[in-house]
Amino acid sequence: MKQVMEGSHAASEAVRLAKVQVISAYPITPQTHIVEALAEYCENGTMDARFLCVESEHSALAAVISASTMGVRTFTATSSHGLALMHELLHWASGARLPIVMAEVNRALGPGWNIWADQTDSLAQRDTGWIQFYCEDGQEVFDTTLHAFRLAEWVNLPVMVIQDAFFLSHTLEPVDIPDQKQVDQFLPPFSSGVKLDTEKPCNMGQLTPPSIYMEMRQHIQMAMEQVSSCYSEVEKEFSALFDRQYGPVEPVACEDAEVILVVSGTIAGTCRSVISDLRSKGEKPGMLKIKMFRPFPADFVRRAVRAAKKVAVIDRNISFGAGGIFCQEVKSALYNMDPHPPVFGYIAGLGGRDVTPDSLEAIYWKTKKGDLLKGESTWVETQEVELKN
Amino acid sequence: MISKNIPDIDYLYPGHVACPGCGAAIAMKFALKVLGEKTVVVIPACCWGVISGAYPQTSLKVPILHATFATAGATASGVRASLDMQGDSETTVMAWAGDGGTFDIGFQSLSGAVERNENFIYVCYDNEAYMNTGVQRSSSTPYGTQTTTTPGRSWKKTHKKNIVEALAAHRIPYAATANIAFPEDMNRKFTRAKDMKQGVRFIHVFAACPTGWNIPSEMSVKISRLAVQSNVFPLYEVIDGTAYTLNFTGGKPVKDYMKVQGRFKHLTDDDLEDIQGMVDRDFALLQTKVQSTSVSSPTQETASRRSGGVKPV
Repeated sequence: MKQVMEGSHAASEAVRLAKVQVISAYPITPQTHIVEALAEYCENGTMDARFLCVESEHSALAAVISASTMGVRTFTATSSHGLALMHELLHWASGARLPIVMAEVNRALGPGWNIWADQTDSLAQRDTGWIQFYCEDGQEVFDTTLHAFRLAEWVNLPVMVIQDAFFLSHTLEPVDIPDQKQVDQFLPPFSSGVKLDTEKPCNMGQLTPPSIYMEMRQHIQMAMEQVSSCYSEVEKEFSALFDRQYGPVEPVACEDAEVILVVSGTIAGTCRSVISDLRSKGEKPGMLKIKMFRPFPADFVRRAVRAAKKVAVIDRNISFGAGGIFCQEVKSALYNMDPHPPVFGYIAGLGGRDVTPDSLEAIYWKTKKGDLLKGESTWVETQEVELKN
Repeated sequence: MISKNIPDIDYLYPGHVACPGCGAAIAMKFALKVLGEKTVVVIPACCWGVISGAYPQTSLKVPILHATFATAGATASGVRASLDMQGDSETTVMAWAGDGGTFDIGFQSLSGAVERNENFIYVCYDNEAYMNTGVQRSSSTPYGTQTTTTPGRSWKKTHKKNIVEALAAHRIPYAATANIAFPEDMNRKFTRAKDMKQGVRFIHVFAACPTGWNIPSEMSVKISRLAVQSNVFPLYEVIDGTAYTLNFTGGKPVKDYMKVQGRFKHLTDDDLEDIQGMVDRDFALLQTKVQSTSVSSPTQETASRRSGGVKPV
């Protein structure tokens, strides 16, 4: 049934229907609406789950790690500084091969304090062994959260389902919420293959010498390499029941496109209308929305941009000293493809600044008319700042 | 010497990799004798992270979950929540952390768990410094100690943090000190903690470290006993953070305890006299709390009756 709700509540509705058993979280704007709804569900019996109100994000992830190890379905949610504080545990969760699902609301990191949309928080965690999905709207948040449990429990890796602060987390949209019976068909009760048990005592997470540590890391990489095909299966089953499918990337009008704009998150929604406006004026733009960032869907990206003359990657994030993070990944994916289109990097919308249709159209024209940039990236719509010694 | 009141069964395998005379190994042996096979042990980074065995071995007959350094309290909370959701209220969860993982980096997580009134036993085996990393000072390191980060004349000039008092301020249902030289007392305290089955029960176990304290390994238990006999480490219990019971009153001079340890060998007679004064004042304060709270407390009476007087082995 279609309901009007925030992106935050699209996440919490999916967690309710996934019958998560242990939730632990620490409040941080703009993640709070997600966990407030879940606390309410635990209190009023809508969910049969334990909600642990811990004293930090570090403890929140530690608690779901151990709950998951003991064999129940788990969930946490955070944002920005909270995610940064979890960093140590992010590695622990993937290293322990735990199918934890996390809702992550993209928010800028301080200083100065900034609660608005910026992807640098989650992208800075790209090497922690978590699968990462970036969502465009409330429906995608809901669907992807359900996908996430299936996928995580299949490949034994944790999944982050990511949405932009406010533009998505606090924006009301219609979201189709299925009933419990339908969701149960897609997502069976959690059954843990390996769990800590007093009947079969073992030592988990212990001291691991060089003779075996490396193989354990190789297994994580092997699992990551299976994610793409597993996700395709998960989506196929989901689509059979709910008639919605996303793919790790979504190419829009890329077949004959001269300039392809590569985007993620809510910017994709704005970009769709820009593409159609420019097409109506006889231009040939395309859009490639990247949903799955880890594992990076390099094959899909190569296929989508192969025939384009130019590629412009729009990053609402920055790796200082390198450039936009999606841009780095796209360049790396194209490097061994001969020939490949030149890649233009644009930094836009940091700390919640609007990326408007005009911003994207300007990027299109600049890319179409311009030569390859001298620097790694162009900063979009920044003001001249006088530097003083 | 093993008293007949201590269960025969052992959950610690021989061949573990603790240093000879390790108080932390002795403490685990006694703890598990009481808690038994239906126990899940949570171990953050500490000496026991190594003693428990490298992959693919284990030194315990019960399951062990290793956790990051700062998370013993939160990890034990998650284990308990998971067991509860699966209908298992029988299994005991025990967090087992060193002084660094309890007094310092893990204090926030422990404080949070105690405030939430989680249901598990938290044991701090206290060897009074970061021993696993090579004897660096912690906030549990006592005044006067030389460590690798308080070397030479920079020996530690601040007091040991009083962890039991900090937890008593949380109104923790049960906090007790224990010592490897007093196994019957430790046995009783673990039994009591196990039987309570609710709230965080904190047991602070004094665990001598021959390597870090620069003492002969065969002196481990004897020196631990002297810590109690000199009132440096009093044996006591606190119920609900308010009702105190003292289990042993010592009378030996502090220098008897300190002079036999390499970590204190630099201290002058004047220093030892200062420390004697500090120990006397701390013990007098503890006695005041015992006297002011024990009369009206029925739990305290039970405790004294059960303790039957504490004798060191």
